[in-house]
Amino acid sequence: MIGAITVLLIYQLIGESLVVALGLPVPGPVVGMLLLFLTLLLRGGASPDLRDTAQGILQHLSLLFVPAGVGVMLHAGRVASEWLPILVALLLSTVATILVTAVTMNLALARVEKGASRDDE
Amino acid sequence: MTSSLEDIWVYLAATPLLGLTLTLVAYQIAYWLYVRGGMHPLLNPVLVAVALLVTGLTVTDTRYQTYFDGAQFVHFLLGPATVALAVPLYAQFGKLRRLLLPLVAGLLAGATTAVGSAVVVGWLLGASRQTLLSLAPKSITTPVAMGIAEKLGGLPSLTAVLVVSTGVLGAVVAKSILDAIRISADSVRGFAIGVAAHGIGTARAFQISEEAGAFAGLGMGLNALATALLFPAAYHAFGFGG
Repeated sequence: MIGAITVLLIYQLIGESLVVALGLPVPGPVVGMLLLFLTLLLRGGASPDLRDTAQGILQHLSLLFVPAGVGVMLHAGRVASEWLPILVALLLSTVATILVTAVTMNLALARVEKGASRDDE
Repeated sequence: MTSSLEDIWVYLAATPLLGLTLTLVAYQIAYWLYVRGGMHPLLNPVLVAVALLVTGLTVTDTRYQTYFDGAQFVHFLLGPATVALAVPLYAQFGKLRRLLLPLVAGLLAGATTAVGSAVVVGWLLGASRQTLLSLAPKSITTPVAMGIAEKLGGLPSLTAVLVVSTGVLGAVVAKSILDAIRISADSVRGFAIGVAAHGIGTARAFQISEEAGAFAGLGMGLNALATALLFPAAYHAFGFGG
């Protein structure tokens, strides 16, 4: 577990360093995630230790949201004065995103399946 | 008696131990309630834990900064957790390659809709610039969304609240929307929920089926990546940065 945590921290550190050095517009941990993903592709898999640790952290991902969520205390004024645009934007956008993603993927899936069945003939 | 209690409080409030412990205790209580409540989406553990903590801090008149001095140890783990997303993403690589075209099409359409519709609706209804920038990455998982908001001049802690709210909304409405438009493939249902409502949506998708859950996890990971790569680039390209 310590080994896997070390690996995760090293990738995050490399990611953060690259972001600062190259002035990338992307958060450092995302670069770290990409690099780890590429490493796993090259290596052909994650070690059991890394798999277990990643699963352990991600299982309780929601706990990690809590301290930042409590920060709503700092924004009580903003939330109170802009609650209408915030609420409507969240609701409409969430519904629209589910609709658009599902419909687009379904159309593309139908096309791919049609192409595949034509190949079979 | 009162004064010694106060002494203890003053001592504890000055160490990181209190904020850290309170965070874990509030989360345990919230998670227990969530399980007891049949995992109802509205009993989302983050939402309940945040409500408990905000109430507690307000009642004891404790500043957020004092609390965060301890809670930052939990908060810090968001970075390594983001890196760890590479592992499940890699585990889905086989499926990802087979369904590459439909997934990429759905992802690009969904990622654009998630950011675009939130910003446009918020702007039409008069939200401030800083609120809009905090709102834009609301469909992706917190660590990445906060990183984007921070980089572009939004408020990371406001983004975190909006991300959690989006997740809860998505988990509540997803099933009825997908039923209404008669999408029956669990791969599509799961992916759409994951793209729109990240980790909280993914937990909901696992209740639909194992396959829906796996594809939701994929949607969550890919949308985090797509939004992190595309949104800051688009933001600067269109000159909103100036």
